[in-house]
Amino acid sequence: MNSWTHHLVIAPILIPLVASAVLLFVDERRRTTKAMISLAATVILAFVAFLLFRIESGPNDFEGVYLLGNWAAPFGIVLVLDGLSALMLLLTALLAVPALVFSMARWHAVGAHFHSMFQLLLMGVNGAFLTGDLFNLFVFFEVMLAASYGLLLHGSGPLRVKAGMHYIAVNLVAALLFLIGVSLIYGTAGTLNMADLAARIPDIEPDRRMLMEAGAGILGIVFLIKAGMWPLCFWLPPAYSAASAPVAGIFAIMSKLGIYAILRLTMLLFGEGPSAGFGNIVLLYGGMATIIFGTIGVLASQALGRLAGFSVLVSSGTLLMVLGINDGAISSGGLLYLVSSTLSISAFFMLIELVERGQDAGANVLAVTMEAYGDAEEDEPEEADGVAMPGTMAILGVCFAACAILLSGLPPLSGFVAKFAMLSAMMGTGAIGVPPTAAIWTLITLVILSGVAALISMTRAGIRTFWSSIEGTVPRVLVIEIVPVMFLLLLTLGLTVQAGPAMQYMDSTIRTLRKPSVYIDAVSKAVRIPDYKASGAGSETGSH
Amino acid sequence: MELILSIAIGVMTSCGIWLILRPRTYQVIVGLSLLSYAVNLFIFGVGGVKANVPPILGDGLPVTALADPVPQALVLTAIVIGFATTALFLVVLLASRGLTGNDHVDGRNEPR
Repeated sequence: MNSWTHHLVIAPILIPLVASAVLLFVDERRRTTKAMISLAATVILAFVAFLLFRIESGPNDFEGVYLLGNWAAPFGIVLVLDGLSALMLLLTALLAVPALVFSMARWHAVGAHFHSMFQLLLMGVNGAFLTGDLFNLFVFFEVMLAASYGLLLHGSGPLRVKAGMHYIAVNLVAALLFLIGVSLIYGTAGTLNMADLAARIPDIEPDRRMLMEAGAGILGIVFLIKAGMWPLCFWLPPAYSAASAPVAGIFAIMSKLGIYAILRLTMLLFGEGPSAGFGNIVLLYGGMATIIFGTIGVLASQALGRLAGFSVLVSSGTLLMVLGINDGAISSGGLLYLVSSTLSISAFFMLIELVERGQDAGANVLAVTMEAYGDAEEDEPEEADGVAMPGTMAILGVCFAACAILLSGLPPLSGFVAKFAMLSAMMGTGAIGVPPTAAIWTLITLVILSGVAALISMTRAGIRTFWSSIEGTVPRVLVIEIVPVMFLLLLTLGLTVQAGPAMQYMDSTIRTLRKPSVYIDAVSKAVRIPDYKASGAGSETGSH
Repeated sequence: MELILSIAIGVMTSCGIWLILRPRTYQVIVGLSLLSYAVNLFIFGVGGVKANVPPILGDGLPVTALADPVPQALVLTAIVIGFATTALFLVVLLASRGLTGNDHVDGRNEPR
């Protein structure tokens, strides 16, 4: 193994950390310098993530286990890079670059230390994707959350402070639950290393296993709060819609972090053995309830920000449900859906800001209210000549239509491919001989209905915004604001064109995940770098 | 000892939860602090309750006579992170008080 590529595993954590530290020393008035440092760090991060992704998906057998501090696996903290974490790292970096570019138009100037917090958020997210240790996962979660509190409040204002306060309170309680869960697991299993824990689960005696499962359940609640499962999600739409556009754009990855943690831990700890299938029922029915709640929310939303917030819930619900079924082919479709929906929701959050700029804040609410009560339909004398569609509106309209297509899962963009992969896998379970069960039919119905709801809602909003806007002002949009949105949408287009290889990658990732022994072996067989003194002197007398 | 510890954790947790569910921000933050104390004690308890035993390995010391060092390390980290986030919450709470003029969690006084 090449030592240079080996050390690359820790780079996604170190690059943002160093960048955020350096940014603290740059004076707040030198915004361009700060923005350039931040952008350079993020682009390097994207490059590293891409490199790791290439290495991981390449043919050579890459051992992505990195022993921090050169301590052997169950005692020290390990970082583990596998197919799933490489994919999530790449996704994070691909969201971060456009969000950062978008923020440089305006948003990074409305408060202090935007770039430092942004980099710390990236560090927390990347660390959480890489870590192979439960307590370290908690630490990275807190790093990410602390940065996200600051970012959510960035720009200030009563609305943000109110939403932020609820968000912080909920997440502080979640952090306490995280600690309870982790300590219960430690108390019963005697280890916090995920691979070691997975290896030990079969040996835990039944009465202790019950406690261990309780700990895992409490831990699951924390991740479900982050992912936004139905009874735990009331903080999410207000918080995400109150955040400034680039912040909401990068927040799109945070709910997926909850999904990632659930996916990783259920596959690893409860994939096989005596506790197999633990929590699947909760995920299945919780996911269903989340989709229903999210769909109702999408239909009821009058402001575009809330519509996007509820779309996050629909996407989370679909993924939770897929995890609940726990079937290989459906899961790999779900993984593609995760990537596609994260990209499209992030693009949508940023697009909303552009579309709503120049409009009165209450215009949407007013429009829908008028639609409902119909009392403002005064017949204004229509101008005879048609209004020329300004170029800005045309670009925004096309992007909006692309978001609508993605969120509702219509062809030709990747939202359709992902939903089709999931649905055909669900139907496919019947083709073998077993007809799809009632649960599966419910799921198929829910997935399709949620898409229809998204389509109805987006169409209504689009008509109100682009065809019969009350005010009719053309928003002033900078190039560096629309390009990030288009970049994200082009990525989904690329995902559609490359759907074959993408599906293959998802398939192999899920197949590896479903064999926990691969992960366990990789971690337990990771070799330490020989002691410098011992290898230099050529003797074995070095004391440890 | 175990009984006192568990009663203490239970009382603090229940007080904390009750306070978190109150509509005033000050009560919420006191509730969060109480809950975090309870959780810290809980982490301690998970490592086994032992008195007068150091978590330090020494020559000739039997391993059974040692306290488990891992929960103590976890508690230390948890305290640091808990303090930091609670302090941040306090700042947000003050900002909310300044912006809305009252200390209700929704930023408005209840209708009388």
